[in-house]
Amino acid sequence: MMSEVVIAGIGQTPVEEHWDKSLRELGLMALEAAVQDSGGLRPQALYVGNMFAPQLSRQAHLGALIADFAGLTGIEAVTIEAGGASGGAALRAAYLAVASGAVDVAMALGVEKFSDVIGAEVDAALATGGDSDYEAVQGLTPTAQAALLMRRYLYEYDVPRQAFAGFPIIAHANGVHNPNAMFRKAISAEVYQQASVVSDPLNLFDVAPLADGAAAVLLTRADLLPPAFPHRLARIAASSMATDTLALHDRPDPLEFRAARLSVERACEKARIVPAQVDIFELHDAYSIYAVLSLEAAGFAERGQGWKLAQNGAEPAVVSLRGSLPISVLGGFKARGNPGGAAGVYQAVEAALQLRGEARENQSPHARRVMIQNLAGPASSAVTHILEALD
Amino acid sequence: MEISRHWRLRKQRYALVGEVCPHCEAKLFPPRDICPECGQEARTLYQFSGRGEVYSYTTVYEPPAGYEENAPYTVALIKLEEGPIVTAQLTDLGDQPVEIGTPVEMVTRRLRQDGDERGMIVYGYKFRPALARVAA
Repeated sequence: MMSEVVIAGIGQTPVEEHWDKSLRELGLMALEAAVQDSGGLRPQALYVGNMFAPQLSRQAHLGALIADFAGLTGIEAVTIEAGGASGGAALRAAYLAVASGAVDVAMALGVEKFSDVIGAEVDAALATGGDSDYEAVQGLTPTAQAALLMRRYLYEYDVPRQAFAGFPIIAHANGVHNPNAMFRKAISAEVYQQASVVSDPLNLFDVAPLADGAAAVLLTRADLLPPAFPHRLARIAASSMATDTLALHDRPDPLEFRAARLSVERACEKARIVPAQVDIFELHDAYSIYAVLSLEAAGFAERGQGWKLAQNGAEPAVVSLRGSLPISVLGGFKARGNPGGAAGVYQAVEAALQLRGEARENQSPHARRVMIQNLAGPASSAVTHILEALD
Repeated sequence: MEISRHWRLRKQRYALVGEVCPHCEAKLFPPRDICPECGQEARTLYQFSGRGEVYSYTTVYEPPAGYEENAPYTVALIKLEEGPIVTAQLTDLGDQPVEIGTPVEMVTRRLRQDGDERGMIVYGYKFRPALARVAA
């Protein structure tokens, strides 16, 4: 019998270029915030979601590094790496540790530090998330890969180029009131249309900005919570992960995010729901085309139709904060920022804020069940969790 | 420097040598040893023709380290006539516009250079518009 796993504590740093803070300092900030938020629970196991520290900070072995720096020497601690889905994978490791009964209190800590290196070295590190021998060697970058998908999508489904504007517009509108968001300024359709091209057809607003950040989630069983636990309780109802081919070119249909679909199906089966029963879908909008393909993979739209969910009509767009399926509710990757291997843990923190009713101006009125999905590259890995309010 | 790593890939990089599955005839590039179509072992070498068409393409303006001298460059997904799709740069484009569906053929070019002028140069496949067939 698996134990019920509840969220005891959450913590996050702002997502920005933290020139004055190191990897370990960022990690400690989020870790301490989550411990304090829980009323002082001490983690027995620490799962660090990170992708780039060995390359950009010349630092591996983050489990011992951060446990040591946080004064937790002696506990179990390990890095979990799954490319851009490292944060989600760390959350899953912490969930499994508590659900199995092996550990009473586990922490998932996502931490990423991009800004110690700038320019071409960062692009070279990013490219290692794909197939080094057959993709990166050709000078392919993750952004160029997203552009390849977007061009093919526009071609196959005959979609107007401006159709993608809705995603960054919604993300930026939602980021305005998030104190931890990198960009807190709304943008208009005109601003989107006039933005400079990054990798055609992608423009500046189709690409989420990479920045430093750390987020932490402390998990435990409900009976172990402190007596005066001050928050509305949320539980992890399901956790799943799936993989696809590492290289995009090895797929029979590159426009199908198969791992994203599989992980949603598996999570929904475990939570005994269908996707339509989630109130918020916090997806992986590292690129606007990824938001579209993720919505289609999860079954919220037919193939070639996902872009329509971000279009305003008589009603607000389906995926806007006031729509029936909000996404990027605190800014998403686009406005909150993309902190690499930490992003999946930010998603969990933001989902918990919604389920607790603590999301202030961004509170979605009926948030009882949130699905969060963290991808690596073009959904070469996909981790999906379903979180539910317990009362 | 990774000399042995690039040496190991010489057949793939210089001659598009992949595999054909002896069980279901599926053509595989890059080689992967286990056939994704039928799940059986596939280690029979197979040389691809190098002909194909553009499946999608884009331009890289901010290149990773090692690729600066070529930037901006066009990178594409090429659907080979035998079936598989490969990621590769397009080259020798001149003023010719690229489109989805443009016929292309493999050529051998310099892919990247490590470090200064004494660094190792990595050669491999790129694709150019299929001039030979147009001329014929």
